[in-house]
Amino acid sequence: MSVTSSFDPHLDEPEAPLYAARKKIYPQGVSGIFRRTKTVLLIITLSIYYFLPFIRWDRGPNAPNQAILIDIPHRRAYFFFIEIWPQEVYYLTGLLILAAMALFLMNAMAGRVWCGYLCPQTVWTDLFLAVERLIEGDRRTRINRDAEPMNIEKFSYKLLKHALWLLIAWWTGGVWVLYFADAPTLVRDLIWFEAGPVAYISIMTLTFTTYVFAGLMREQVCLYMCPWPRIQAAMTDEYALNVTYRVDRGEPRMSFKKATQARLVGEPAGDCIDCQQCVAVCPTGVDIRHGADLGCIQCGLCIDACDEVMEKIGRPTRLIAYDTEVNIKRRKDGLQEIFRPIRPRTVLYIAIIIAVSVVMLYALLTRAPFTVSVIHDRNPIFVKLSDGHIRNAYTVRIANMLPTERLFTLEVDGLHDAHVEIIGGEPLIKGRPSISVGPDQTREMRVTVRAIDEDEDEPAHLEFIIRDEVDGTTAVARDYFRTPHSVH
Amino acid sequence: MTNRPDTNLDPRKAVGTTGHDWDGIEELNTPLPRWWLWTFYATILWALAYWVVYPAIPLATSFTKGMFGWTSREQVVQDLDGLKTLRGPMTAKIEAASLQDIAKTPELLSFARAQGAAAFAVNCSPCHGAGAQGFKGYPNLNDDDWLWGGSLDAIHTTLQHGIRWDADKDTRASMMPAFGRDGILKPNEISAVADYVRTLSALPVEKDADLKLGQKVFTENCAACHGEKGEGIQDVGAPKLNDKVWLYGPEKVTIMERITLGGGGQMPAWSQRLDSPTIKSLAVYVHTLGGGQ
Repeated sequence: MSVTSSFDPHLDEPEAPLYAARKKIYPQGVSGIFRRTKTVLLIITLSIYYFLPFIRWDRGPNAPNQAILIDIPHRRAYFFFIEIWPQEVYYLTGLLILAAMALFLMNAMAGRVWCGYLCPQTVWTDLFLAVERLIEGDRRTRINRDAEPMNIEKFSYKLLKHALWLLIAWWTGGVWVLYFADAPTLVRDLIWFEAGPVAYISIMTLTFTTYVFAGLMREQVCLYMCPWPRIQAAMTDEYALNVTYRVDRGEPRMSFKKATQARLVGEPAGDCIDCQQCVAVCPTGVDIRHGADLGCIQCGLCIDACDEVMEKIGRPTRLIAYDTEVNIKRRKDGLQEIFRPIRPRTVLYIAIIIAVSVVMLYALLTRAPFTVSVIHDRNPIFVKLSDGHIRNAYTVRIANMLPTERLFTLEVDGLHDAHVEIIGGEPLIKGRPSISVGPDQTREMRVTVRAIDEDEDEPAHLEFIIRDEVDGTTAVARDYFRTPHSVH
Repeated sequence: MTNRPDTNLDPRKAVGTTGHDWDGIEELNTPLPRWWLWTFYATILWALAYWVVYPAIPLATSFTKGMFGWTSREQVVQDLDGLKTLRGPMTAKIEAASLQDIAKTPELLSFARAQGAAAFAVNCSPCHGAGAQGFKGYPNLNDDDWLWGGSLDAIHTTLQHGIRWDADKDTRASMMPAFGRDGILKPNEISAVADYVRTLSALPVEKDADLKLGQKVFTENCAACHGEKGEGIQDVGAPKLNDKVWLYGPEKVTIMERITLGGGGQMPAWSQRLDSPTIKSLAVYVHTLGGGQ
């Protein structure tokens, strides 16, 4: 599959400059099935983004009740019934793998369908274009106005457009910060200028990036900043659906009048009448008739535009359509079209998605309600006591991941007659030192273990067994007991 | 880009050369990229602004003070004040609570241990070691052997007033005579009593050791402070001699050296240097190292 760019026809020439200035694109409004699909998806995705932080989820008295919350000061992330601690950030790895595989699967099925319909850059650019069209009118009006010298009317149109863009951009940034704090409280704080500087800085940053990316840079983000087109071009195959100009049907292109005459005398005439509608509606300025293109985001708006023209001139629709390389070739050879969604790569992607989902689900369902970690004192490694016993000291940290305060006991296994003490601990329970840990908290404590100096050359292996005395669940951490003879 | 050179032309004509010529090799006078140039100008502006806003230029006896009179020293003072304010509520609680209450309350305990550890690293570790493990002549604070007492209050008093620290009239004081240097004991008596001291903690001695003489010397000269059986007396800071922990070491020659020279270690009175909450935190920290009584 060859990838060419239609942006600068001189690129292939040896003397061409390395720099090409952007040619401003004025996408024209269009209607049709793909435009409607894009609009519906735009409403759905933006609604999710704008309203998700306001959804509540009851987690009991000691936890926030926001369904999706990334609580950075308290080092917690909440996603409906899932609560993640910082040390469990590997779930994020799983999510990223799932996202990548879903993207690859979409690519194997229908090319850059993500780029065309779901990518935030596309969605916000689409929204900004809709505003532009609403204020400034459609393609032709905009081109003409831009050619005029600056006057009051032109200035007012531009001012209004940019003001609306900034408003949307500001709203976008404003919602972003709601994912990081209790949304209703933060909204109130923001209104009364009582929120922290981080909130305002984040909002300003995102306002700026949204305005610049969706309003000013648009297709340049896809062309020059995004790595996915390059990766996608390397990953796609001849069975993936791509927005394709059916060159076998369209060529030789000529005006409608000439084509009608040619057909009358039995000469070959393509369906393409070179009306340029497909180029006019393209949000990235691509001429799809040049073949697969790095700039094409597979949004299908050119299909809508072409279908409209084909209907007008009474030719069959879908001169431009979602089609595969294989079928273009097969039609040329007079063979039946085939569609193969089940291929080794799609099976592999789905298998990976299922495997990662199962692993993540298993990890979530069997998530420990508390964890323990132990660090041996580094200095001194052991202490000799006045009666000749040896004492080792440890820092033990218990993380209570449940929303209730719990009482734990500590037992140390692996030494004869070991005397275990928690410094600052609570009274003994069943002969074992105990300590309580608050709801959804960690507690660090100093633990000493005293035993007879056994003259062993190898350090004793210890198991620190932490037991919830109410439900009997345990967590274990391992470390060593070292003596003057076993300090290696 | 209309003001860009048209590179379809001969580049030498388009941008010209620097005029340098090395054996027929010329250098194109290609203009700098504009983004680079603007960044460069911006850094110059930035530097000029920096000169005006911040102290910059050294003068004969002074320097330019900048627009706001900012100094890094002032900044440090502000940062420290900020930290003091931040810790204010907890510091007040530590100040108000008794040592025993601090050790019993998890919130106060973890704060005191953190503050104590920081203060220990700065003030105490040069002598007692980073892990309070001690060195020869400087006690290990992790073990259960205490010269002047290992209760919270005893540790606190030691920290406040120091040991043999003349500038503090309440300092802990006692002095072991230099039995050898001052000629109180004869060399053979020192040797004998050193052997006897080793037997107190069941350490082996040489066959020809005169333990009878050693015991006699011990009873007459040492027992008053170190106790009849070498059990030590904390009131006078006399170490236990019948346990496994040795301040200077259990070897006979080391014991003889201590008997010969006498004396004792010194520790500053920290109330002259540290504020009361810090000393309290230090006492709790040392107590919770494991040896507190």
